[in-house]
Amino acid sequence: MAINILMPALSPTMEEGNLAKWLVKEGDSVESGDILCEIETDKATMEFEAVDEGVIGKILVADGSEGVKVNTPIAVLLEEGESADATPSTAPATTEETTGKTTEEITEETLTEAEAPAATAPVASTPVEQDLPAGTTFKSQTVREAIRDAMSEEMRRSEDVFLMGEEVAQYEGAYKVSQGMLDEFGPKRVIDTPITEHGFTGIAVGAAFAGLNPIVEFMTFNFAMQALDQIVNSAAKTRYMSGGQMTCPIVFRGANGAASRVGAQHSHDYASMYAQIPGLKVVMPYSADDYKGLLKSAIRDPNPVIFLENEILYGRSFDVPEIEDYTVPIGKARIWREGDDVTIVSFGIGMQYALEAADKLAEEGISAEVIDLRTLRPMDTETVIKSVMKTNRCVTVEEGFPVVSIGGHISATIMQEAFDYLDAPVINCTGKDVPMPYAANLEKLALVTTDEVIAAVKSVTYR
Amino acid sequence: MAAAKKPKKANLDKDELLDFYREMLLIRRFEEKAGQLYGMGLIGGFCHLYIGQEAIVVGLEASAIEGDQRVTSYRDHGHMLACGMDPKGVMAELTGREGGYSRGKGGSMHMFSREKNFYGGHGIVGAQVPIGAGLAFANWYRGNDNVSFAYFGDGAANQGQVYETFNMASLWKLPCVFVIENNKYAMGTSLQRGSSTPELYTRGAAFGIPGEAVDGMDVLAVKAAGAKAVAHCRSGKGPYILEMNTYRYRGHSMSDPAKYRTREEVQKVKDERDPIDHVRELLVGGKHATEADLKAIDKEIKKVVIEAADFATQSPEPELSELYTDILAEAN
Repeated sequence: MAINILMPALSPTMEEGNLAKWLVKEGDSVESGDILCEIETDKATMEFEAVDEGVIGKILVADGSEGVKVNTPIAVLLEEGESADATPSTAPATTEETTGKTTEEITEETLTEAEAPAATAPVASTPVEQDLPAGTTFKSQTVREAIRDAMSEEMRRSEDVFLMGEEVAQYEGAYKVSQGMLDEFGPKRVIDTPITEHGFTGIAVGAAFAGLNPIVEFMTFNFAMQALDQIVNSAAKTRYMSGGQMTCPIVFRGANGAASRVGAQHSHDYASMYAQIPGLKVVMPYSADDYKGLLKSAIRDPNPVIFLENEILYGRSFDVPEIEDYTVPIGKARIWREGDDVTIVSFGIGMQYALEAADKLAEEGISAEVIDLRTLRPMDTETVIKSVMKTNRCVTVEEGFPVVSIGGHISATIMQEAFDYLDAPVINCTGKDVPMPYAANLEKLALVTTDEVIAAVKSVTYR
Repeated sequence: MAAAKKPKKANLDKDELLDFYREMLLIRRFEEKAGQLYGMGLIGGFCHLYIGQEAIVVGLEASAIEGDQRVTSYRDHGHMLACGMDPKGVMAELTGREGGYSRGKGGSMHMFSREKNFYGGHGIVGAQVPIGAGLAFANWYRGNDNVSFAYFGDGAANQGQVYETFNMASLWKLPCVFVIENNKYAMGTSLQRGSSTPELYTRGAAFGIPGEAVDGMDVLAVKAAGAKAVAHCRSGKGPYILEMNTYRYRGHSMSDPAKYRTREEVQKVKDERDPIDHVRELLVGGKHATEADLKAIDKEIKKVVIEAADFATQSPEPELSELYTDILAEAN
């Protein structure tokens, strides 16, 4: 029976890829393990192997096709003696071929909300307050590229800036963030470390004390738990303990929070945990332009900066101003959408739910103001308070745990500074109070959703 | 791997011996005074005295050149005095006063001097080791001739991050002298009870780092070993480990009654291996100095320490507004 060979998912967050090159042609016999084609993802080019044996009956997606969605049939595999005209009885007939089942679930369930607006920025994504010169042009860029550009620009600007971490140099980043940087800056400034977070973080902190400007990439912030002592006890506290003599100009950056189906130890959002520590600055951007501008500011900042990125956002494109040396100040929130009925405060990937909710609420006649905090320490509560004084209602959105959350802090701040303006209790939409489950349906349940934001807004607006 | 053989004694030099005597005595008298002020309630919290270990920092500083860095644990007063920091500023930090090196915000365990390249003063056991390698990394990155001295104790020698650091320091050939001050007790746990292999100088063997055991009570042996280690690092061959066999006379901190060892054990070291007595004997026995000369030095040191204590008790406490300063550096 003929079976479809499907476009495979080659990483937890891959939705589509390019079919770079077929290495077999119609009529070729293949065995399990033979390389069928090369597939380009946004991170890498990977070889795709046959799982079953048979004859390539038909190639459905040609060489060089771009944006082929995961699970799209790309070829038909015939059994020995089967006619080339045979077609698979049902569409995605086999699961073995591409580990398709899992992928399908990710695509259709987990990532629907997360990834739907991937190709184009959300409708509401044109921020209302942007202090850019008249006539500024923009280019579409992924978050991944924006981070790379920010680092490269700062490394061109100062010899003291260097990048170190696991797989940052020859591998070009586990998430392909540092593409091309080894070539440009050489192994002295783009440094592969062994897998020893505690040790290399301490070395980087020492180098920063000595006046260099390290950028430490954690493959994900989950692994920075190994280095927490050096981040908190050494990097954050030394300036104070030295009566202002010492500085620690260092950036700790890497993926933070849930990706997709990677389990409890790879899905933790550390925003509120780091935001608690005096002596640190904590930045968690949403859009590529903010990633670029804020990372450049973080690298120039004379203090330790925790720069929390998001794996799902890495491949997302946004308009980035084509301005030389584009920086965004740390500690300033950004109003993405103006509104009168409710203030939705979020940051990082939470912004996606906030903006989607605002779009849907607008269709129902509810006007939401959406604020992206961008920086969590120091936090721009002034912008939030000002907005709440106008809308009288507030909903916070974040992916992290609910206990001692950023939303909890914002609620307390609003209560203290704008109590009389509130027409309803503030609601915090957060991730659920559980370690992240692996099962697709449970993971979806554990994460904050657009629907929850909409429900919260309706609750505070008494609709 | 060098064995634990005794390094060759450096040539005796009268002036140098007198300097060593003076510097070690300053540390001892300073620490005795600190212990006294602690007892009077003028110094609070934790206070870890360096008495007994003076020869290590004094002997190693003899090989340091301008720009070399040092970093250590919380038992740090001796290191600061040995690298030339002002005893007044150190003592005033112990009393938590405005005139202290950290303006009263760090305390006994947390002092720094950019001017003297002293990078602390760290309270988490072992954390200063990668930091020391990071200082060496900066030297390597800048291509200068400086080395960093990362001091840590026999207790810290069992911390995981020390071995992560050994691996990278050797891999990248960082100019770092790892100085293990083996005073035989990690707080109350003796070396034998806490270390599977008591020969700490061999702990770098797996990473290809040469190491040697040194009589840390003999300032001349320390100096000779330090010179060799520093030459190794400056020549670009990577890190070097020195295990300094020493002994602390006092408890782990002021609040430690030290019940884990006998009075006789302590007394035996004081009688037979005291680093200051050793230099005194060399000076007097070798007719480099008379008892009267040494008395004059004692008097001079006593004066310095009393002045430091006076300063430390007279300097005002920090202004209350200082609570919220020095948390972040101003962005340029």
